[in-house]
Parts: sequence; structure tokens; C-alpha cells
Amino acid sequence: MVASRTLDTDLRGLDALDTPRIESRNRGVVVWSAAWPKLLAITLALATWQVIVWSGWKPTYILPGPQEVLSRLGSEFTHSTFYRAVSVTLQRAVTGFALAAVLGSLLGLAVSQSRILRRGIGSLITGLQTMPSITWFPFAILVFKLSEAAILFVIVLGAGPAIANGLISGVDHIPPILLRAGRVLGARGLAWWRHVIFPAALPGYVAGLKQGWAFAWRSLMAGEILVIIASRPSIGVRLKFAYEMADAAGLMAMMLVVLFIGIAMDGLVFGAMERRILRNRGLLTGSR
Amino acid sequence: MRAPAGVAPTRRSPQAGAAVAIRGVSKTYGDGRSSVVALDDLNLDVAGGEFVCLLGASGCGKSTLLNLIAGIYRIDQGSIDTGGHRIGLMFQEPALFPWLTVEQNVDMAMQFRAVPRAQRRARTAELLALVNLDSFGTWRPHQLSGGMQQRVALARALAQDADILLMDEPFGALDAMTRDVLHDELERIWQASDLTVLFVTHNVREAVRLGDRVVLLSSRPGRVVDEYSVGIPRPRRIDSPSVAELAATVTDSLREEVRRHGR
Repeated sequence: MVASRTLDTDLRGLDALDTPRIESRNRGVVVWSAAWPKLLAITLALATWQVIVWSGWKPTYILPGPQEVLSRLGSEFTHSTFYRAVSVTLQRAVTGFALAAVLGSLLGLAVSQSRILRRGIGSLITGLQTMPSITWFPFAILVFKLSEAAILFVIVLGAGPAIANGLISGVDHIPPILLRAGRVLGARGLAWWRHVIFPAALPGYVAGLKQGWAFAWRSLMAGEILVIIASRPSIGVRLKFAYEMADAAGLMAMMLVVLFIGIAMDGLVFGAMERRILRNRGLLTGSR
Repeated sequence: MRAPAGVAPTRRSPQAGAAVAIRGVSKTYGDGRSSVVALDDLNLDVAGGEFVCLLGASGCGKSTLLNLIAGIYRIDQGSIDTGGHRIGLMFQEPALFPWLTVEQNVDMAMQFRAVPRAQRRARTAELLALVNLDSFGTWRPHQLSGGMQQRVALARALAQDADILLMDEPFGALDAMTRDVLHDELERIWQASDLTVLFVTHNVREAVRLGDRVVLLSSRPGRVVDEYSVGIPRPRRIDSPSVAELAATVTDSLREEVRRHGR
């Protein structure tokens, strides 16, 4: 009994020496240290923009300064048509992305599990991914006319391959030892997929979803400028009208909206998901 | 040592209560010129509750044998009878699921066997206490040291409710002090249970420290060349003179086996 108690103490001693001491940092410090580099970057970008305007390179009715564009953006926020446009665009983005996620995931899953499929269409998927989505629009308009379906079609073709590729590389990069562990522990059937393959492939899959979102957003913007549907106000439509009216401030205000939505989705949704997954697995280094 | 053609090979009769009976097992990797005979006509009996250390130099097919017993690889020839016992396997790497906490890792082994949730929770707590990690249940594997991860892996292997535990150099990657403490812990857990352990190692002292019996395998192809019964009373110490003395004898025999390949 005495020997056993000594052993317990030995183990606890080793454990105490081996485990990292977790320092808790002040929440305010954490937020500030993440925020100030971003604030600095924004300030620098606005300053550069303002300097170019001051240099008189272009007249201000073509290249307005940040102050004019930002106040224009502020006045957009007070119009209900602006919110309708944003909601139509976001609806399309979410529907298209969801459809791309479902189809891309099914395709990726099939290819990751079948050698024949991989040989046959593995490189085709990568080829599709490198194809600029705008090259699909003439075809899409020919087939689907100027309709929601045309836009959706191009979003799925833009985002689907990236998502499929993400899942394939996620499955390919599962450490073989985890698969062996899963087998030894008796994971079979659905449990094998749900508790071993899927979580093990998750980092690559989320990276694919993140990239897929970027492709979907780009395809959507191209689509909204090309495929104008009456009675469907959207960010793309407002962008195009501002251009046609030679309304430079309105044009740039809309571009800022596109940029903000892109950054917000990437950072707040996919980036946060990715960071959480990597942190839980100890794959996140201190610099992020 | 192969029996001449036409004569039935003589084999030791299986021990009463043998947990693992390995009969004339052969395994070859690859085919044609590049093929490697990993195991050739290997015979071994392990009694229920016995702690057997398999010792050999590189290429003796130690890991192959464990994978065959666990049913991960297919046997080319011969048979392995584990009498329907449940088998757990531990690797040199902890191979914990990095997306789960320590608790969830142990729990998952039971979830795969469809053990009811309430039962799982109680058993997880019990097993983590057994390996002295009860205060680390909510930690993630990457936050733990190699030795602690390997103890979680041990708890997870025990959660399989195995009668036979196969261990493939489980402490090979650990520092000497941690390894010594884990030897004590493994011995304690094994003594308190009726677990049969097959422990693969290339460390002679480790084999003598832990085993009831040390089985020496030859290399390329792997066969049983020698066996040592370890009569040293437990609990043992790896640095005790009696362990060192037997280890020296075994080492000589292992060296002789290795030298054969240099001639």
C-alpha cells in the first residue's frame, strides 16, 4: 500500500512538471492586441487613398475621397432599398453556398473513397476550380436565361469544386495511426464515418468550405452584374446602376459593402470555425 | 528448425487455459523477389493472466505478430486462436483522437461497443482514476506530455474491456524516468486484474522488468529462438541486480542472434 501511494505521488509529480501552466490573460488585453493591427491597417489604407485623391491624379467626380464615400455609405444605411438589396444578395449567397456545400461534399466523399473516381475526375475537379467563374456566365445565361437559376448554377460551379477538394485533401491527410486506432477500437459502419473519418478530415474540409465561400461570393458578384433580374434589387444591381449613372461615390460605397460582407463571413464564420478546430487539436501556433 | 518433409512437425501441446495459441504462423510481405518473410512457422502459447514480453532486434516481426493477433493483418499460414477473448491494442504512439478530450477519448472506446451512456461515464471516471489522470478529464491530448498521453491510451485500451492486451513498444518514445514510473503503474494495474499481456519491446531490461516470461524472436524470418522464465519476485525494479543479471544473459543471446546476420 505504501509502495502504491509512493507511485501515485511520483506520477503526480511528473505530471505537474510535464503539463504547461496556463496563464489567463486579461480579456481587454486580448481584444486590444487583436484589434490594434487591424485599426492601424485601416487607417493606413484610408490615408493612402486620401493622399492619392489630394495628389489630383483624377478629378473627384471620378475618384472621390474617403470622407465623401463613407458619408454616402452612411446615407445608404438609411434607405430601405439598400437593405432589400443586401438581403436579396445574402439570400442568393447562402442558398448557392449551401447547395455547393451539399453537392461538393457528396462529390468529395465519393472521390476520396474510390480510386477509379479519383483517377477519372480528380484532376477535373481541380481544373474546374481554377476556371474563372465569369467564363461560365454566357453559357449559364444561354441555358437558364436571365434567372436566379443562372446565378445559382455559376455559384455552385465556382464553390463546389473547392469544397470537394477540401474534403478530399482532408480525408487524404488523416494520419494512418488514427485510422488504425479507430479500427482497433471497433469503429464500424456509421460510427466509423461519424466518429473517425469526419472529425479527422474536418480541418481540411473547413479550409475547403472557407475557400468555397470566397469563390461563391466572387461568382455571385459577377453574376449580379451580368444577370440583372427586374424587381430583384441586389448589391450587384446597385453597383451597376451607380456605374451607369456615373455615380462614383455610390459605386465605391457599394464596393465597400461587398468587401465588408466578404471579410465578415470569412473572419467571423469560417475563420472562427477554423481557429477553434485548430486550437482544440493543438495545431495553432502563437502567431495567429 | 523446420521439420523434414513428410514428418509431422512436433508442437508443444496447448497449455490448459491458454489465452493465445499461435500455431505455425507465417507471414510474408510483398511477392516475388522483393518479398520479405516476416514470420516463419512461429509457435507460441500464452496462458491466461500471463505477462509475456516479446523481445527481438529489428526485423523480427514483433509488430507483425501483434497485428496478426489483433486481426488487423491476414495470416498467410497457420492459425492463431484467441478463444473468443476480446483484444485491446496499444501502439508506440498514443494515437488519441485529437478532437476529443481525455474523457471523451476513453468514452469513445465504449461508445463503439454500444455501452449505455450511464455505464460509460462511471467506467471512464474509474479508468482515469486508475491511471491517475482523474483531474485531467477535460484536457485535450495535445496539452499532455507523451507519458500522460500514453496513460490515456492505456485507459482507452482497458475501456475496450479486453481480456488480452497487446502492447507494441508502448513506452519506446518516453524518457527513462517516465518509463520507470509507467512500468510500476502497468505492473500494478496488471496485478489487480486478470489481464493477459503481450508486450513487444527491443529493450531487454524492460522485458525482464515486466515479463513473467521473455520470448526471444529471431530476425528475418521471425521465429521463437529462446524463452526465459523470469522468477524474480514482484514488485521489481529495473535497476535491481537480479533484473540486470538476467538481462545480461538475455542480451548475450540477442547479440548472438544479431551477429548471425553479420557473418
